[in-house]
Amino acid sequence: MAGQFLQRLMSLSLTLLAATIVIFVVLNIVPGDPATFMMGLNADPQALAQLRQELGLDLPAWQRYLEWLGGLATGDLGTSYTYRVPVVELIGERLSVSLPLTLMATALSLLVALPAGIVAAARRGKLTDAAIVGATQLGVAVPNFWFALILVFVFATTLHWFSAGGFPGWDEGVGPALQALVLPAIALALPQAAILTRVTRSALIETLGEDFIRTARAKGLSESQTLRRHAMRNALIPVLTILGLQFTFLLAGGIIVENVFYLPGLGRLVLQAITQRDLIVVQGVVIVLVAAAIAVTFLVEIAYMLADPRIRTGRT
Amino acid sequence: MTTQAARRRSNLTPGFCVGVVLTALIALLAGVSFLWTPYDPTLILIESRLLPPSSAHWFGTDHFGRDVFSMILQGARNSIAVALIAVGIGLLIGIPLGLWAAARRGWVDEIVMRSNDLVFAFPALLLAILITAVAGPSAVNAILAIGIFNVPVFARLARGGALSLWTRDFVLAARVAGKGSFAISREHILPNIANVLIVQGTIQFALGILAEAALSYVGLGTQPPSPSWGRMLAESQTFFALAPWLALFPGMAIVATVLGLNLLGDGLRDLLDPKTRVER
Repeated sequence: MAGQFLQRLMSLSLTLLAATIVIFVVLNIVPGDPATFMMGLNADPQALAQLRQELGLDLPAWQRYLEWLGGLATGDLGTSYTYRVPVVELIGERLSVSLPLTLMATALSLLVALPAGIVAAARRGKLTDAAIVGATQLGVAVPNFWFALILVFVFATTLHWFSAGGFPGWDEGVGPALQALVLPAIALALPQAAILTRVTRSALIETLGEDFIRTARAKGLSESQTLRRHAMRNALIPVLTILGLQFTFLLAGGIIVENVFYLPGLGRLVLQAITQRDLIVVQGVVIVLVAAAIAVTFLVEIAYMLADPRIRTGRT
Repeated sequence: MTTQAARRRSNLTPGFCVGVVLTALIALLAGVSFLWTPYDPTLILIESRLLPPSSAHWFGTDHFGRDVFSMILQGARNSIAVALIAVGIGLLIGIPLGLWAAARRGWVDEIVMRSNDLVFAFPALLLAILITAVAGPSAVNAILAIGIFNVPVFARLARGGALSLWTRDFVLAARVAGKGSFAISREHILPNIANVLIVQGTIQFALGILAEAALSYVGLGTQPPSPSWGRMLAESQTFFALAPWLALFPGMAIVATVLGLNLLGDGLRDLLDPKTRVER
């Protein structure tokens, strides 16, 4: 198992390294010079040259890449061209909005999806199952930013239960901050809950057809005991996988929803940085999100190994 | 009636029928927009701005007085074109790559699969935003940005399906008969995995519609004056309290299209996949 673990760790580290190259190359063919953008088209050439030197833009691309990579290894993502603060600080600040939002959306989607998936599987082919499956079809088809607009219209503009957007900050207290995240989290969670319900349902249905379930029933276990003790544990593997994939999707998927609600999260930061040609910030946010995606994949794989002895021992 | 025909008929679930009808309806509306729209969707008439739905303007008008129904008709064609070409890119590049990886194994397989892993490591929407931001916001760049993500999806699917087929007797027979990897992949492997690829194609098509809408919503997709569902939603945001129909109809168009395609995909899978086929 240790060998497998190390092999996977190596392979994912290489993926991360390749990702740094892709990000750097993509962003360095971007048209428009950040220094010109910051100083305007009519800037004095001497001042422009000085700024380029200050920002390190006069160095050759490979040298800038190596410097960025070296910085990454020590946790230094450079300094934002426009905000003039370390990128790490900016990302940390924005993560304090995006991360709780993602966690809330994940929790919400689990809260809805697990019971719905279990009920649908247990009542397969019945009306309840058809209704749940129908609802998930609709849930997957609704764009989350449209659902967000509807939530704002109903719960903010009409009922005045929540604010239509903005974030008061954690300094104002946990209550108001969490309240500002409720509608965005619901909007983000909807499609995820629908996908997760479908995965839970089909994984459970597949497991319920296995021989060991028949054995469990034959030895006299009740339906709920069979579901809880035997079926659910086995069905958890695909559910875990999708949940892991969703986490980073949610973290990045917030880009659009954060815009609907004017939340100062990572998504808005990256969109603003793109329009301001603050490439060092874009680079930083993207690599953090990719690293998060890779880390989550790795954690899910470890969870597999722990959950499924067949994967742990390499036997099927 | 043959047993097979009866079996197929039993798989024509209500969901599949709804999927076919919705997809056909949207395709028809998009087709009609080439020949006719009630009004010119780019015609600005300030005096008739923000009119609620009526017999003159079925879906009302927007803040520039443009007819929302006409915009949705033309938006359908833009969304469908972007998503369809993006799926085409995935199919045309992904399938040969997947088949090649399965036929050659070794380093080819390793390189193809690791490149796939790399693309999958990027949150899809984020890279699409990056690409369109770098290359400039336009429908063509949106197609490329969405298409890139379809490549590994089809490559992986084609490889997986092909790998299991390469060990089958009929493939061995073809090899013994002296056929090369390319001919075997084209004549024996591809027809056998076509069903799975078609089903995935409809799903990726639906995802493409959602991705195009999202990119247009943040201003990186189809550009004005060409109407797009995503941008209509973005523009509606300011007037939502005053004119909710501005957000309602484009959103419903997206939901109907995606729902139709997903139901169609699920229905096709039931129809084509022997494992999920209902036995009577």
